[in-house]
Amino acid sequence: MEKVIRTRGIYSSFPRKGGAAQTATHYCPGCEHGVLHKLIGEALADMELQDRTVVISPVGCAVFAYYYFDTGNVQVAHGRAAAVGTGISRTKNDAVVVSYQGDGDLASIGLNETLQAANRGEKIAVFFVNNTVYGMTGGQMAPTTLTGEKTVTSPAGRDPLQAGYPLHMTELINQLQAPVYIARVSFSNMAKLRQARKAIRTALEIQRDGKGYAFVEVLMACPTNQKMNVEEAIQFVAEQMEAEFPLGVLRDCTAERDPIVRTESDYRKETLDHLLGLDTERAPDAVLDSTAPTVSVKMAGFGGQGVLSMGVILTRAACQAGKFVSWYPSYGPEQRGGTANCGVVMSGQPIGTPMVSAADVLVAMNRPSLDKFAGEVKPGGLLLYNAAMGEVEVPEGVRVLAVPALELATKGGSPRAENTVMVGVMSVLGGFELIESAYHEAIAANFAGKDAAIKANSAVFDMARQWALDQSE
Amino acid sequence: MATQLVKGNTAVIIGALYAGCDSFFGYPITPASEILHEAAQKFPQAGRCMVQAESEEAAINMVFGAATTGRRAMTASSGPGISLKSEGISYLAGAQLPAVVVDIMRAGPGLGNIGPEQGDYNQVVKGGGHGNYRNIVLAPASVQEMCDLTMRAFELSQKWRMVAVVLADGVLGQMIEPLRFPEQSVAPETDTSWAVDGTAATRPNVVTSIFLDFDQQEAFNNQLQEKYAAVEAAEQDVECIRMEDADIALVAYGISARIAQGAVEAARAEGIRAGLFRPKTLFPFPKDALNAFVDQGGKQVICVEMSNGQMCDDVKLAIECRCPVHLVNRLGGNLVTEGAVLTALRETAKQI
Repeated sequence: MEKVIRTRGIYSSFPRKGGAAQTATHYCPGCEHGVLHKLIGEALADMELQDRTVVISPVGCAVFAYYYFDTGNVQVAHGRAAAVGTGISRTKNDAVVVSYQGDGDLASIGLNETLQAANRGEKIAVFFVNNTVYGMTGGQMAPTTLTGEKTVTSPAGRDPLQAGYPLHMTELINQLQAPVYIARVSFSNMAKLRQARKAIRTALEIQRDGKGYAFVEVLMACPTNQKMNVEEAIQFVAEQMEAEFPLGVLRDCTAERDPIVRTESDYRKETLDHLLGLDTERAPDAVLDSTAPTVSVKMAGFGGQGVLSMGVILTRAACQAGKFVSWYPSYGPEQRGGTANCGVVMSGQPIGTPMVSAADVLVAMNRPSLDKFAGEVKPGGLLLYNAAMGEVEVPEGVRVLAVPALELATKGGSPRAENTVMVGVMSVLGGFELIESAYHEAIAANFAGKDAAIKANSAVFDMARQWALDQSE
Repeated sequence: MATQLVKGNTAVIIGALYAGCDSFFGYPITPASEILHEAAQKFPQAGRCMVQAESEEAAINMVFGAATTGRRAMTASSGPGISLKSEGISYLAGAQLPAVVVDIMRAGPGLGNIGPEQGDYNQVVKGGGHGNYRNIVLAPASVQEMCDLTMRAFELSQKWRMVAVVLADGVLGQMIEPLRFPEQSVAPETDTSWAVDGTAATRPNVVTSIFLDFDQQEAFNNQLQEKYAAVEAAEQDVECIRMEDADIALVAYGISARIAQGAVEAARAEGIRAGLFRPKTLFPFPKDALNAFVDQGGKQVICVEMSNGQMCDDVKLAIECRCPVHLVNRLGGNLVTEGAVLTALRETAKQI
């Protein structure tokens, strides 16, 4: 006669497993996973946490934990339980996340995820089964395999010179500040089993109360892969594993920790409009205008000469004036501290390519830029260069103007605003046909919140504009 | 209407916020990092979750966790990071979880460089990880579409319970254009029929990608293929410019399409009847519309892409090579020039 003892928190039969024996587990005879399942399941049931709980099944012998736990269940990739648990816990504040992992999963392929989730103090109860072998894949050496222990991949016994030493996860985790509770337990006698039961409940209480990360390492027998009978396997845990991995509660700061509360998503459009600055920063929509010119501008110089923001100010002005416009930067291989250039295309029609390979206007702030890009100015185009670079060779068929950028910027009261000088000159000579107020709006938007900079750059812009008007007369 | 000048990578996060994305998990990589920066700044302000993950694998698995709860989740990266995420994308496909992944393509293989390329096409469009799965793949070509297609990606990924990838390149990520903001925001609801979110309603559910029984695994795979066929029937999207009377179709997506568009205008001015066929979905590839071009007398196809012809292969498959298909490409971070496309158009026009 079959006698089935129902365990709280565990399904009474296991249809997800399939097959005929729907009340038998998939675990081997003598395996202690069933004990751990039972302790966790009972604790969840006693604390009335089953509705709130998501159990994460790992890759390893517990890959089918979802056959058994009467909770929400998710099965994940090898070693990634801590990351998946993070995703669950961060998006569902009230979820009780239980991660159930073996030594290969948690301490080898998932070591990074394990330590980083612990270090962030994620709200996860981690039950770490250490039985010193890879079970599911056939008894290979695990990070926790004891020195000298024989496995199919350490047939002569684990040699520390070749394979290192047993990894002490509990002690490693104990180096981190965030975890709330850290313990190592075993089932090797009844007293230890009672301590294990208490540790498991503490870890789950911490989740119930939303206090953070709890780590319980459970030393377990694996008679199948250790090629022992059950008594020998339990003796191995008690004598050899516990000697290497001492039992105990290494940390319990439950009383000192407050619940961690994650925020709820705010989906309201008003919230988004506000936080994205639509209250204060709005440009008009572009207006189709087939009579408006399409102008391509390239601006180039040393990093630090402000050529990228020169382009952005020009782009903002075009946008304020209701043009279609694009800005694209190019840093070249010497991105940090080297030369930089950007292209701006403005038009009364949607912009095709944002890249400027043939420029109507080129602004060269230094000699390398002039040498590199002078040949790309279209016939009849405009080349503005920084007068500070002295005599230059200029291409034929192009209008060339040396702009005393530093002089004009200094005169305008802001010596650093050489880029704004160039925008001012372009506003007159570039052929953009933008209303003047658009430039001032662009400067205001570009230096938003910095009133002194807005004032200074506006003054420099006016100064440069007047200089350009004088040149064109 | 509300318009702002916005960088392409920023537009992705704007789209995600209005699409009701609850969570962003990412890892720094050029040229996608601004997406992470913007998420770090804006998501918490809207009560949304943002975690800088310890690795690309961790980021995609955090997405897996958030998606398990039925919440909208996303990550963003570039080629080397997408390679690392491929494991997680396969698991998402196996568990039929919706999620959005953004790939700002850079030049490869290996570390390559941070210049723009379109060499992740096969990886993303064909799946990328192990197993018989597909992703929905959307291809923006402007800052506006970086926002709009990110929103669309959330919609489609939820509708089909698939990973939707926004496949863009370094140019689209870095460029600034005016963005018309979304007119509505989405407040998504959890689908408790499959989600596992730590509530009584979802307690009976399980999210898994295991089918130990071979026949069950096969049946599941067949079910996936039927879904992909339905996606192919329902979701093909393409923009056609001057295709009505075109002899030659330029097929290009992303920034390459913007360049090709310029060449179409230049060729038309010379009397060459060229048109632009710009796929907005790469899976499903808009094969119906491309076949219509061939059926209606289209004579030649020129693919313009920044890869070794990865999309070009799909074009040939789509029309079963019923007309000549040429390739104009650049690699390594270089862009195809309008001049090179125009030259190809002139040479092809001579063959007609």
